[in-house]
Amino acid sequence: MKRTTKTTMNRYSGWLRRGVVLAALLSVLGVISACSDTQRTDNRAVYLLLDTSGTYTEELDKAQSLIAYLLGSLDSGDSMAVALIDGGSFTEKNIVAKVTFDDRPSVANGQKRAFKETLDEVLGGIERGAANTDITGGVIQGHDYLTETGAGQRYLFVFSDLEEDLQEGQIRDFPIDMSGVEVVALNVTKLRRDNIDPRDYAKRLEHWQGRVESGGGQWRVINDLERLGEMIQWR
Amino acid sequence: MFNQLLTLWSDSPALSLAIWLVILVVVLYLGRRHAHQLFRASGRAVHGAMRLWSRSIGQLESRLVARNRDVLLAMGRRSAEAAIERDFNRVHTIMERDLSRYPNLHRKIADAIEKIEADYQEASDAPPLPPAWSEVIETVSGLPGSSDPAVHKVLENIREVIEDAHKETLKLYQKSSRERHRILAGMQPQWRSLDQNLSQVKQTIDGLDERSKTIDEQMQEYAAIRAGEDKAVNSLTASSMTQFLIAGLVLAVALMGGLINFHLIAMPMSEMVGSNSYVGSMRISDVAALVIILLEVAMGVFLLESLRITHLFPIIGSMDDRMRRRMMIVSLTLLTILASIEASLAYMRDLLALDREALNQTLTGAAVVEAQFRWIPSIGQMVLGFILPFVLAFVAIPLESFIHSLRTVVGVMVVALLRGLRLVVRLVGGMANHLSKMLVHLYDMLIVVPLAIEQRVNRPRASERKADREDPPWDDSEDLEATKVVGVKP
Repeated sequence: MKRTTKTTMNRYSGWLRRGVVLAALLSVLGVISACSDTQRTDNRAVYLLLDTSGTYTEELDKAQSLIAYLLGSLDSGDSMAVALIDGGSFTEKNIVAKVTFDDRPSVANGQKRAFKETLDEVLGGIERGAANTDITGGVIQGHDYLTETGAGQRYLFVFSDLEEDLQEGQIRDFPIDMSGVEVVALNVTKLRRDNIDPRDYAKRLEHWQGRVESGGGQWRVINDLERLGEMIQWR
Repeated sequence: MFNQLLTLWSDSPALSLAIWLVILVVVLYLGRRHAHQLFRASGRAVHGAMRLWSRSIGQLESRLVARNRDVLLAMGRRSAEAAIERDFNRVHTIMERDLSRYPNLHRKIADAIEKIEADYQEASDAPPLPPAWSEVIETVSGLPGSSDPAVHKVLENIREVIEDAHKETLKLYQKSSRERHRILAGMQPQWRSLDQNLSQVKQTIDGLDERSKTIDEQMQEYAAIRAGEDKAVNSLTASSMTQFLIAGLVLAVALMGGLINFHLIAMPMSEMVGSNSYVGSMRISDVAALVIILLEVAMGVFLLESLRITHLFPIIGSMDDRMRRRMMIVSLTLLTILASIEASLAYMRDLLALDREALNQTLTGAAVVEAQFRWIPSIGQMVLGFILPFVLAFVAIPLESFIHSLRTVVGVMVVALLRGLRLVVRLVGGMANHLSKMLVHLYDMLIVVPLAIEQRVNRPRASERKADREDPPWDDSEDLEATKVVGVKP
């Protein structure tokens, strides 16, 4: 009887030991899986808004070098989209190209090549400027895209003179949500009327700065594209 | 609140403050005895507690020193035993290799000596000396000439025969001498062989002699370790420190090698496991590269363990030879596979760098330029990727020394730390004692005025009490008389 009890005890202790080992293994696996994160919060997402209105189409050459710079500096896992600003920018069709770079560097390089080719094609095909300029629509669209990516660092580059010219009936005079987004105005060219009254240029910048910052975003202006690498500092 | 208190006694803050000060001094004066007791008791308590601590730390230190000594002596004993065993094995090898052939050698030497002796004997058998034919010839020639032609002819014939016999004998003698010289010349290789064999024996004996001297020295060291002599302990400590430093240096070099290895494979690893997944703050690709390097090191450790070069895992060392050999083959195979993977990753890294370069050129609008002699760094990287794992495999040797010497070093450091702590505790205790005395004096300084009054009031009373305690004054005349009687000068 004693032997039986002892054997049973041994069996139970064996099961108990195995259970403890299994639990330890499972907890280690749990910790590892909890620690592993497929989408890191410091991934970058970039949304580039290109103004194609009026005479600003002449500036698109600069935009191409900007795109080349951005493509060169983004890594695997980062996202990028390029949209055109025209009469009604708050539509999906305004997004010319968008991509999230693959985990594998070689595939990401291929994606970058394809992206560049697509944009060269699209930008090369623009002959006539758009009649209107809906910057607010593009900015809202950009914010939505950047939020969807879930990236930790979100940049919205606006390549425009920041002069908004809306179509009849378009409502854009409302506060916009720009939380978590750094808006960088690039190559903000001066208009003819700015030459008459330079305060207009400053007012335009202040207006947009106010809208972005009141929406919870950050605002920067970079006009010297030659020194783009030094000026753009990723967080 | 403070202002209210300040003007409690008078509207003038100065006057009120003065009253407060007087009250404070009076209160302090009244509580003087208790305050002194408090300061002294606190000082003594802290001093006592610190002394207790110091004693406890001292005991702990003594125990640790004893433990360190035991550990060091145990390690030294093991090491000395291994060294002595190794030397005995060498002696055994010499005995087995050289002296097992000694009977054979002895036979060779004996044969050579026997042959030399025989040859000598053969050479020493003197050939028959030519008889004294010359005297006979001279005698025959000296015979008076006979007119008898027959007699003359007989004598002439006799002389010729004797001369011929003499020549023949001389020839035989010369031939025999030549033969003896030939035999003696033939003995030369035997002498050489004998000399060589004897030199070999001498070399073996000398080797054994040297080895025995080494064993003697080691036995002396071993005896000193067993006896636990201070000299042996100091020597072992110094040896451990040296080992620790050297092993640490080699490990640092290996670490740098590992770092280079890591950079060589971390980037291309993202092609295999992706570069956008993270464990904590580290990329999965970096973790994978690190794991590969650590696996290589582990395989190296197992390889050296199964070769019995290191003894980090006693279980591997105690395996039977067949199992150990299997383990050696498996670890070497895995190490080679990992090294091959690294070489391919290094090549991929080069390809990725090329692709990246080409992409940058494309993005900037420049024509893609084909780099010349690009194969040289490619091959260099591949070779480096293949070689480094094997180099890292040898890290087990310094690692073992480092781990073994670490015990001694940590022990010595902890003892030093405890010694320093004991000193600090004693200092704190002493300072607390002195501080309590200083506080007593400082307290008295604050109530110096009432104390001075008390002293002035108590002085006459004290002098009276003193006078009461003293005996009645001496009568000087009686003293003088007494001095005169005994004849002592006043």
